Amino acid sequence: MESKPRFLSVLDSITGILFVIATYMVFFYAPVEAVMGKVQKVFYFHVAAAWVGMLGFMVAAIVGGIYLFKNDRKWDIVGLAAVEISLVFFFIAIVAGSIWARPIWNTWWTWDPRLTTASIVELIYAAYLMLRQGIEDPDRRARFGAVYALLGFLSVPMTFISIRLLRTIHPTVVGGGDPGAEGSFSMTTPMKQTFFFSLFTFSVLFADLLWHRVRMGKLAAKIEHLRLRAL
Amino acid sequence: MITVNKLVKRFGPKMVLRGLDFQVEAGEFVALLGPNGAGKTTFLRILASLSRPLMGDVQIAGYWLPSQAAAVRRRIGVVSHLPLLYGDLTAEENLRFFGRMYAVPDLHTRVLEVLDLVGLSSRRRDLVRTFSRGMQQRLAIGRAVLHDPEVMLFDEPHTGLDQDACEMLDTVLQQVAARGRTVVMTSHDLARTADLASRFDVLSRGKIVDSVQRADIDTNQILKFYSDAVKMKEVV
Amino acid sequence: MKTRSFMTSMRDFLRALWAIVWKDLSAEWRSRELFTAMLVFSLLVIVIFNFALELDVRARSAVTSGVLWVTFAFAGTLGLNRSMATEKDRGCLDGLLLAPVDRSAIYFGKAIANLVFMFVVEAVVLPVYSVLYNTNLFKPGLILVIFLGSVGYVAVGTLLSTMAVHSRTRDILLPILLFPLAIPVLIAAVKASSGFLAGLEIAEVMTWLNLLIVYDLIFMAIAFMFFDFVVEE
Repeated sequence: MESKPRFLSVLDSITGILFVIATYMVFFYAPVEAVMGKVQKVFYFHVAAAWVGMLGFMVAAIVGGIYLFKNDRKWDIVGLAAVEISLVFFFIAIVAGSIWARPIWNTWWTWDPRLTTASIVELIYAAYLMLRQGIEDPDRRARFGAVYALLGFLSVPMTFISIRLLRTIHPTVVGGGDPGAEGSFSMTTPMKQTFFFSLFTFSVLFADLLWHRVRMGKLAAKIEHLRLRAL
Repeated sequence: MITVNKLVKRFGPKMVLRGLDFQVEAGEFVALLGPNGAGKTTFLRILASLSRPLMGDVQIAGYWLPSQAAAVRRRIGVVSHLPLLYGDLTAEENLRFFGRMYAVPDLHTRVLEVLDLVGLSSRRRDLVRTFSRGMQQRLAIGRAVLHDPEVMLFDEPHTGLDQDACEMLDTVLQQVAARGRTVVMTSHDLARTADLASRFDVLSRGKIVDSVQRADIDTNQILKFYSDAVKMKEVV
Repeated sequence: MKTRSFMTSMRDFLRALWAIVWKDLSAEWRSRELFTAMLVFSLLVIVIFNFALELDVRARSAVTSGVLWVTFAFAGTLGLNRSMATEKDRGCLDGLLLAPVDRSAIYFGKAIANLVFMFVVEAVVLPVYSVLYNTNLFKPGLILVIFLGSVGYVAVGTLLSTMAVHSRTRDILLPILLFPLAIPVLIAAVKASSGFLAGLEIAEVMTWLNLLIVYDLIFMAIAFMFFDFVVEE
């Protein structure tokens, strides 16, 4: 049994500390936004989680490609870990988005392109997990997962564009992560700093969780191996 | 004709073939025997190019797998225990379909020839769905010889057949083998293969553990040979 | 060692491709199980929509394309699933894989056969819908959209059905895998269909047609590239 590598423990601590600092910055350092008030602070975590979730999808797709090329099972473990974590991060992003939307536009949900695409991506993640669950042979499971992750990732830009084109009659979504022309705001310097810091924190959190999950995956594979040996 | 070196195949973490070596000369009829789970079907699937080994080389009729798979496929005929036929098509249509897939020349004539060979000429316009299992197996053999392959691979072809059907199958098998083809056949049924094969190999726990020529052994000794070979590996 | 020329290989490829298409269509023509299932299902969906949406004449024209495409999408998954299931369950897929021909011949053969099934169903649904709801659906633009939309849908669907068929939950899994990826097709097809039904000029509907064409090209290419990985053991 390998024990937890020292660097991972260090990373855990770093992640914890970063998170504390980020929370502090969000609540105390960043100024309260003029129009939207305190609820705007959700934005920092909302965007960070979404961005990292998307990063996870890209990781899953790339790693899937590598697996198809090299056939080394460890890439499959990373891909599965990336999808699972991204699933959660995206969910957090969507929920945070809802919390933000409610007081501003008096609705829990808006069918704007970004949010809609996010839900579709979430469904792709779920489909990925369901696909894996139904396949018994581990090699085939890994191969199918890789193909679907790649296929899914490649479909997202087109999905986003088509929803965007669909909604051009509604208030447009403009960059910077704000979901509505009425809800837009420009960022002052401390806000920018908070924003980038939370982005950084979430990225580190993702890497930390990914490492843990990959370790778990490797241990699970080892157990499976030992169990079949004993038969 | 067939050369296999150090074949390794794994299903997940389970090792099925562990460095298997195997050699067959042209014209030999090898009966591959072995207990359940020994890896016979897995091995045959690799030879048939349907499955890829983790490690090791396979060369058939001068072509390597998997890099020259298409060339190999053109030269092998495979009969598995599933008939691999389309129930909603007639016998003739099934053969025509596979004939097209294999680019068989003079297809119409060839199809009639093959139907005759396997004794199904009278049923050629009938849907395969209506065939008995024995008839389906015979048609499956027909499908396998359609493109006149040099090598034939049979995976437990007698499975699920009654005595009469088995005898009919054996007649066809003998005719097929008589053409000088190289045959590898896996089997459970020693008595049956005893008359057909020219060589007996035993596959146990992922490796060929013993091999004997038909000329060197008596029919009633085969059973002893087989159980000895299997037991020996288990003790080790 | 004999090597085959490019022309010979090409001919073998096309011959195998059409053999597969012909085989699927012939087998289906004999039993007509799949076609009947798809057709009855589509008609049921249309009837259900009638009650579920309680459409008056005006509202109906706004949702016609939506209803049509939902119907096609669901009937499509039926066809896609069954097409691969018959191959796998009788081990016939091995029979196809044993042939000395490029795997993509299997992909294109299957995809074309699936496409034909969809077209046949669509060809029946259109007149039935026209009659039941007293609208004229026979506009050439609409036929074009149905063609483009079906091609994209089947291109991805054939690849995904090859994966789904190995799962225990294959019937429910295929729609789950397919729909999120097919969203661009559905959106573009519905918008373009609405456009043509409302009598818009081609220029106005062009964006959606372009989207469909781009999707079709990209995903046909991707699906055929990945097919090898998915169909072999």
